[in-house]
Amino acid sequence: MSRVVAFIEVFDGVVNNSSWEALGEGATIARAWGVPLTALVLGKNAASMAQEAAHYGADHVVVCDDAALDVYRLEPYAALISDLVKQHQPKLVIAVGSSIGRELLATVAADTDSPLVSEAVEVQVDGERLIVTRPAYAGKVMSKVALGGAGTVMLLIRPRAFPAPSKDTSRALNVEKVSAPNVESVQVEDFQVESSKVNLSDAAIIVSGGRGMANNPATPPSGVADPAVWKAQEGFKNVLQPLADVLGGAVGASRAAVDAGYISYDHQVGQTGKTVNPDLYIAAGISGAIQHQAGMRNSKVIVAINKDADAPIFKMARYGIVGDIYEVIPALTEVLKKRLGK
Amino acid sequence: MNIVTFTRSTPDTAAKVEVDGSGAVTWGGAATVVNPWDEYSLEEAIVQAKNIGGKATVIAIGPEMHNEALKHSIAMGLDAAIRIEGVDPIDSLQWAAAAAAAVNKIGDVKLVIFGKESVDVGTDQHIYQTARKLGWTMLSYVSKILELDAAAGTIKVEKMLEGGKQIISAKLPVVISVMKGINEPRYPSFIGIRKAGKAEIPVWTAAELGVAVSSGVQLIGYENLPVREVKTEMIDGATPQEKAEKLVEKLLEAKVL
Repeated sequence: MSRVVAFIEVFDGVVNNSSWEALGEGATIARAWGVPLTALVLGKNAASMAQEAAHYGADHVVVCDDAALDVYRLEPYAALISDLVKQHQPKLVIAVGSSIGRELLATVAADTDSPLVSEAVEVQVDGERLIVTRPAYAGKVMSKVALGGAGTVMLLIRPRAFPAPSKDTSRALNVEKVSAPNVESVQVEDFQVESSKVNLSDAAIIVSGGRGMANNPATPPSGVADPAVWKAQEGFKNVLQPLADVLGGAVGASRAAVDAGYISYDHQVGQTGKTVNPDLYIAAGISGAIQHQAGMRNSKVIVAINKDADAPIFKMARYGIVGDIYEVIPALTEVLKKRLGK
Repeated sequence: MNIVTFTRSTPDTAAKVEVDGSGAVTWGGAATVVNPWDEYSLEEAIVQAKNIGGKATVIAIGPEMHNEALKHSIAMGLDAAIRIEGVDPIDSLQWAAAAAAAVNKIGDVKLVIFGKESVDVGTDQHIYQTARKLGWTMLSYVSKILELDAAAGTIKVEKMLEGGKQIISAKLPVVISVMKGINEPRYPSFIGIRKAGKAEIPVWTAAELGVAVSSGVQLIGYENLPVREVKTEMIDGATPQEKAEKLVEKLLEAKVL
């Protein structure tokens, strides 16, 4: 039966909220084509998320909450989705391009010989085809591609590029249960949850630090190997992080800061780091090299704080403050605490 | 046992990339470099091949400009380079089929290593699809190879996931994609650069690899980024506190907070 299928990603029992954006865009396309929308929810607690999928707009929900899928592994997930695609031959399968979504949909696309386009930031329905806008050359230009064919096509959307649909709690749940396939090629020996999980691609607010983080006036303890590194690390932890905390945001960094060892790589924003598009991006002590711009230029509002009034970052910023980040950031954190009542 | 890795030439990371009047993507006179993510996969291929006493081959799929990346790879220390022509870069299924056919043609390959993604096409989908076309296990976002045992035919890796780290073991053959930070990529040596200068790079074609076009995706064209129309408002004040107060006021007014 002709339909649009939206994959709802569940990891360790928690739904990836950007999946609802895929469901919302799936609904828009399904309406244009006049076909129903099916949500596909696999993994731990999947059954309890089915209701939410219906509220967000799914006409049907296919659920697999088999314990065999509790720990995410590519093989069984891909085998199940490939089977469902072969069985139902949907017109479109859509998912959010998280690290899981990317490998999963690409694998299913290979198994079913379905054309796939990733990193969509805009989609237009053109008859039976989809015209998709997506970045190329590390986000320095955009490309437009036509996606279409006789069989199923697949689409990965960039997180936060499409609006999340609104909930309608009066919508009924129409659920179908499927069981997990028995395929296994890897053995998961251990899973370590990171307590300080950084999820920059989903963050609505990001506070990023650059080379300027080394200008911390704090005095390093004697015997520290590299005082500049110590100062910057201390600044990320005790000056930038509190600002991110009061805003409910995440901490990012420039490549210069990561390469200098000020903070770990999973915080890096830019051409060889994460591409982000938050509502608010605060760049502290970041000059704004072209590689950094490629990763954050889609932020809705950019605030730049830098000592150097000529730093290129100011040209991109909506608001700029020329000043010492170690004076301005703590002041900003204090003001926000008062104004946001925290 | 042999190792294969893939690379391509991409504009220098600092280059300004634009679409010109004819709709072509240009980067002025800027040089091309090895796709930035591939520095790590090339280094890992060299190290792992040395450990197991195998040969490391690098492949680029695309026109002649990709010889630059292949020569850089040889200069770093890869044993052999091959270029494949006649593949539509936007058709990832065709790309993956060509990659898989080439790996099979080389023979006795048990490990294929990719960098995390290709910056020019802006995707990583061809990586997972190559694994699938080969029928091999895929291990993505590998941050460390903990163990590669050619005799036992096993590999153990640490891989990153959005919520943490998994330690995974699998039977060879596998395809892995590696992250920045897995190693410190070396610079080409003087001897390596001389070797690369003399290297003849064989060209294979998609047709002779028996790869068909799938054509469900067509490039319509490239566009420059929409101009970011920002009017920068500089916030002044006698003290940092005053600047902070004014900024927060603006952010609240604009409903950013």
